[in-house]
Amino acid sequence: MNDTWRLGTHTFCSRLILGSGKFDLGLIRAAVRDGGAEMVTLALRRANTDGTENILDYMPAGVTLLPNTSGARNAEEAVRIARLARALGCGDFIKIEIMRDARYLLPDNAETVRATEILAAEGFVVMPYMYPDLYAARDLVSAGAACIMPLGAPIGSNRGLETKAFLRILIDESDVPVIVDAGIGRPSHACEAMEMGAAAIMCNTAIATASDIPMMAAAFRDAVAAGRAAYLAGPGRVLTAGAAASSPLTGFLSDEEA
Amino acid sequence: MLKQSDSCMAYDEGMDILADSLRPDVLHLANTLTERDYTVEDVAAALTKDMLSPADFAALLSPAGAARLEMIATAARAVRHRYFGNSAYLFTPLYLSNYCENHCVYCGFHRYHRIRRMKLDRARMAAEMAAIAATGLEEILLLTGESRGQSDPEYIGAACRLATKYFKMVGLEVYPMNVDEYAYLHDCGADYVTVFQETYHLATYGRLHLAGHKRSFPYRFDAQERAVRGGMRGVGFAALLGLSDFRRDALATGLHAHLLQRRYPHAEIALSCPRLRPVKNGDAIQTQDVRERDLLQVMCAYRLFLPFAQMTISTRERSGFRDRVMDIAATKISAGVSTGIGTHAATEGGDEQFDIADRRDVATVCEAMRLQGLQVVTNDYIRV
Repeated sequence: MNDTWRLGTHTFCSRLILGSGKFDLGLIRAAVRDGGAEMVTLALRRANTDGTENILDYMPAGVTLLPNTSGARNAEEAVRIARLARALGCGDFIKIEIMRDARYLLPDNAETVRATEILAAEGFVVMPYMYPDLYAARDLVSAGAACIMPLGAPIGSNRGLETKAFLRILIDESDVPVIVDAGIGRPSHACEAMEMGAAAIMCNTAIATASDIPMMAAAFRDAVAAGRAAYLAGPGRVLTAGAAASSPLTGFLSDEEA
Repeated sequence: MLKQSDSCMAYDEGMDILADSLRPDVLHLANTLTERDYTVEDVAAALTKDMLSPADFAALLSPAGAARLEMIATAARAVRHRYFGNSAYLFTPLYLSNYCENHCVYCGFHRYHRIRRMKLDRARMAAEMAAIAATGLEEILLLTGESRGQSDPEYIGAACRLATKYFKMVGLEVYPMNVDEYAYLHDCGADYVTVFQETYHLATYGRLHLAGHKRSFPYRFDAQERAVRGGMRGVGFAALLGLSDFRRDALATGLHAHLLQRRYPHAEIALSCPRLRPVKNGDAIQTQDVRERDLLQVMCAYRLFLPFAQMTISTRERSGFRDRVMDIAATKISAGVSTGIGTHAATEGGDEQFDIADRRDVATVCEAMRLQGLQVVTNDYIRV
């Protein structure tokens, strides 16, 4: 089955985006390989531009770099980081992260919309991390976002899809890919997001804090694939009360005309 | 000679006074929570929560918490890795000057101590910075003794500007300043300010800080808030554990950081965890004993109460303790440390502020971190 998806001019097969900030650089290659990831985030503030050990050296060939603007507290800072990323040869993809709260690291939607507008106009493929709010999602799309990346739960919390009802609305209403980001703590959470119709999921802490990072990456790969297949297959309906027998109770009735 | 008030609650002329200081709230809460008795059940309950209340934090710091240290450490380690992964942030301090106008009875730099005084001129600063940068470090913490006369804001600002040529991140640990001075130093390239309150116990503070600007307890207390108002990205807090009841001081330190972060949600918070160490000419100082297991309890309680905060482990501690605690609670470790003046690039320099227990160079600390399963991060900041 040719089940690809697009961001900007790029076509991807994998629907798992890997974070890279919380584990050894030496493990990135194995995590990418076993997770089947085609896109890996890169915190530009971590990228060593003049030292000996550089995250860029550990990226396998063919992987699309997704630099992020972590550390930015407003649109202007995010824009400057994005431009720096491009100047350093990180490509046109940019994940916008703007946080004005050091405790919860919740994204600032209004500033993110502003940054998206500027960067999209400059030709970036803008991937905004956001709080799942329908109005903000529409504004982001209008501003030129290539996708939206709503959080499932507070970043790093591993708590799963705590914003599920709102993710559902965004998935139903958005014309751009919805990538569930932040809070996904287990492969089952990733599977659930994919079953709902997310285009992809982004995962960092859950893999980074596993005892065996490459093996957990592989578990996420399989979970994402299973969730995606379930979505395409069309999940069976769910009754909130009662039951529906697979052989209906009223099946004995004849089709005779009244 | 400085004009000096008898009260450690007074301000010297020219000091900014913040009308809405957090000080009353912090001290009141610390006093209230210190008076309570905590049980091991309180400790266990605190460990079930994602976000701890001040009372939960107090329970973890209590003697009941000490009885559950293994449990607390296990929880702290999980939180440390959830928030920071296996990152171990590396930096080193650079002492620019050891001149000091204060009389703090426990400090090796105080003005009446007969030590070799020295301050770096621009050429020696550059030599020191070049020597440090050559080790691969990208973050530096600039320190001075507390002398406006010998190391005024312009002198520190010049050091900051020079440091930005060698390092990506420049922090300051200097005497408390006014908002406009912090803004000036931020413009010069500094981004992080750490101020040790030393002790939050007012009577002890007054007894230990006899003269100089540092005698003003409230001015020192509000330094972090002034730094944030001056545009600094982050601020660090610490009590010098051992000057007074360490549990109470740790409680007040955490509450101070907590309430400041509540008021300025964008501000990044950091904690240091120094224990009082022997100092030159300081044999007569009577200290409250803080054992290694007490220090670990404090650090774990900090980690659980402020899970997002950076936490530095001091070179005052032995290497074996530092390495292990980096995996459990701390996130930041110094390497290649000298607390003397001008001793990174030369063998002769000014005397050290205190004895350090871990003199390992950068490469050795990096290897030790790797053996702990941690990845060394030399910079996590981009100034744009």
